[in-house]
Amino acid sequence: MQLVCPAGNLPSLKAAIDEGADVVYLGFKDDTNARNFAGLNFNDRTLYQGLDYVRSKGREVYVALNTYPRPQGWKRWQAAVDRAADMAADALIAADMGVLDYAASRYPDLPLHLSVQGSATNYEALKFYRDRFGIRRAVLPRVLSMSQVKHVAENTDVDIEVFGFGSLCVMVEGRCLLSSYAAGQSPNTHGCCSPAGEVRYEETATGLETRLGGVLVDKVGKGENAGYPTVCKGRYDALDKTYYAMEEPTSLNTLDLLPELLGAGVKAIKIEGRQRSPAYVRQVTRVWRQAIDACLNDPHNFQPRSEWMQQLGAVSEGQQTTLGAYHRTWQ
Amino acid sequence: MKLSLGPVQYYWSREDLQEFYRQVAEMPVDIVYLGETVCSKRRLFRHDDWLETARMLRDAGKEVVLSTMALLEAESELKTMRRICANGEFPVEANDMAAVQLMSAAGLPFTVGPTVNVYNAATLKVLAEAGLIRWVPPVELDRKTLAAILEEVPQDVETEVFAWGRMPLAMSARCYTARAYNLPKDDCQYRCLDHADGLTLRTREGEPFLALNGIQTQSALTCNLLSEVGVMRQLGVDVLRISPQARHTAHIVRSFADALRGKDQHPDMERFMPVGGCNGYWREKAGMRYSQS
Repeated sequence: MQLVCPAGNLPSLKAAIDEGADVVYLGFKDDTNARNFAGLNFNDRTLYQGLDYVRSKGREVYVALNTYPRPQGWKRWQAAVDRAADMAADALIAADMGVLDYAASRYPDLPLHLSVQGSATNYEALKFYRDRFGIRRAVLPRVLSMSQVKHVAENTDVDIEVFGFGSLCVMVEGRCLLSSYAAGQSPNTHGCCSPAGEVRYEETATGLETRLGGVLVDKVGKGENAGYPTVCKGRYDALDKTYYAMEEPTSLNTLDLLPELLGAGVKAIKIEGRQRSPAYVRQVTRVWRQAIDACLNDPHNFQPRSEWMQQLGAVSEGQQTTLGAYHRTWQ
Repeated sequence: MKLSLGPVQYYWSREDLQEFYRQVAEMPVDIVYLGETVCSKRRLFRHDDWLETARMLRDAGKEVVLSTMALLEAESELKTMRRICANGEFPVEANDMAAVQLMSAAGLPFTVGPTVNVYNAATLKVLAEAGLIRWVPPVELDRKTLAAILEEVPQDVETEVFAWGRMPLAMSARCYTARAYNLPKDDCQYRCLDHADGLTLRTREGEPFLALNGIQTQSALTCNLLSEVGVMRQLGVDVLRISPQARHTAHIVRSFADALRGKDQHPDMERFMPVGGCNGYWREKAGMRYSQS
C-alpha cells in the first residue's frame, strides 16, 4: 500500500519525501490542476529541482492535470500533458475525457490515473475509462461507504486509491458547482473551490462574517474560529433553525479503517492538502508513514496510537475529524 | 429548435406523477425524459410504471427517453440502471459514466444529461464514438464556451440546453433533507415528499441560496433563459430543456413554445418561480446572478 502525499511547493515536496512518502503529487502553476491558488505549484525550475530530489531517493512523482479544459484553454492542457510526458512523470492524474484521450493516444507509455475529479463512484464507470484510455488506477470520490469501496475494488482490475486524510469534500468530487454558483469559479473550470478573490472577512458588532461572492456563508461569535468560507461548510436557515446544513468544518481521517482498506485491496492512500503548509505535510506524512508500516506489519492487531490521532487532530480543519461517508451513520 | 421536459428531480406521490404526465401529454413539448435520477429510495413509481408512462407519452406523439441516476454507489442501483439500459424500447439518458459504459458496450445510442462532464469538443468526440446522440452541457457552462464547442460538435450529435428550472449543483452520499429533520438517511421517513420543489435554504440574511432535494443540492433560484431563445438558435442549439416543477409547468412550456414560434413577448416569468430567477452562468458570471446583458 502506497502513501501518496501532496506537494504544493518545493519545501512541501521535500518534507513529504523526508518523512517517507512513496509518491508526491503536484501540479503546474496554472488552472490545469485543482489547486490553482496564488503561490502554489511548480514552474520549470522548481519542477526539475523537485524531480531530482524525489528520484534521488527512489520515490515517484505524479502530475495532477485534473481540471476540465474549455475550448479556449485546450492548448494549455495539451501542453501540460506534453510537459508531464517530457519529465517522465510516474503517472498523470487526469479527469477530462478529452485530456485522457489525448494523453493515451499521444503517449501510450505514460501511466494514466483517473482523478477523483473524474467522479467515478462505481466499477461500471471505471470500465469505460479503462477500456477507452487504459487507466491503471482511479482515485475514488469521498462519498462511498467502506463496504462500497470494497465492492468497487472487488469488481475492477483498475487499482484503487482512496483519500485517507485532509479536507473533506462532502459532495461527489468533479460534479460540484457550489463554488461557481456563488463565486463564478469552480474546481472543474478554474481549479479552485472558493476563489480567494471572492472571499471576505468582515468584523461586525455581532461577530465575524465570512462571505463568498457576497453570500454570507457563516458568522462566528467571539472565541469561535472562523473557517475559510466554502459553501458546503456554512451555516444557513431552513425549517426555522440555523445550522450547518451540509457539514461542519471538519477533516476526513480514516486511520481507524486502515486494516479494512488494506484488506479491501486498496493500493494507495492519498493525503489531501497541496494548499497546506510544509509543516502540515511533514506532520501528516510522518504519522501516516508510521501507521501504514504498523498496519502492513501486523494488520490484525493494528490500533491507531492516541498520539497519532492527536497530531492529526491538531492540523485538521475545525480541529475535528470524521470518517465521513466511509461510515454509514455519517450519511 | 425543439422543447424537452427534463426528468422530475423531486419526490412526488404516485398520483401527482400520474396526473402530471397526463397533462404533459397535452403540452407542446417534443421530448420527455422519464425516471428517478436522484435517490434510489424513491420507489413509489416502479420501473413498470415508468414504462407505462413512457408508452402513453409515445402514443401521444412525444419522443421519450428513460433517464438514469446521477450518483451510483450500491450494487442495487447499478442493477436498476442495467434494467433501464436494457429496456429495448426507448433510448436512455446517462447521468453517470456507468450508463455510458453499458449503452456503448451494448452498441446502443444514448444521450447524456448535465451531470456527465462535457467541457470541450474532444470529450464530445470520445462520447460520439461510444454512441452519443445528444448532450446537455453542465449548467455552469457559459454562452461563449458553448459557442466554441458548437463550432466543433460532431455530426449527428444534438445539443440541449438546461433553459429553465432549479439547477442541479451537487450530490452527496449524505441526505440533506433527512439531516434538516435530524433523521438518519437510512430512516429518512421520505421527507422529500413534503418538498415538491425542494427545501429552500436561506442565508442568515434571509437571501434564498440553495434548495435541498435529498442527496442533491440545487440552486434556490430558477435558471431562466427564455430571453436567450434567439441567441441559442443562432448558436445551433437543438433542444431547450425545461425542468419540471410542482406548479406552473404548463405555463412555462407555453411561454417557451411561444418564444420558439417567434412570438415577440415578455411574459412575467417571476410568478412561476419558487423564489426568484438567475442566469449568471450563461452570461459568464456567478451562477446565482441575474444579468440583463
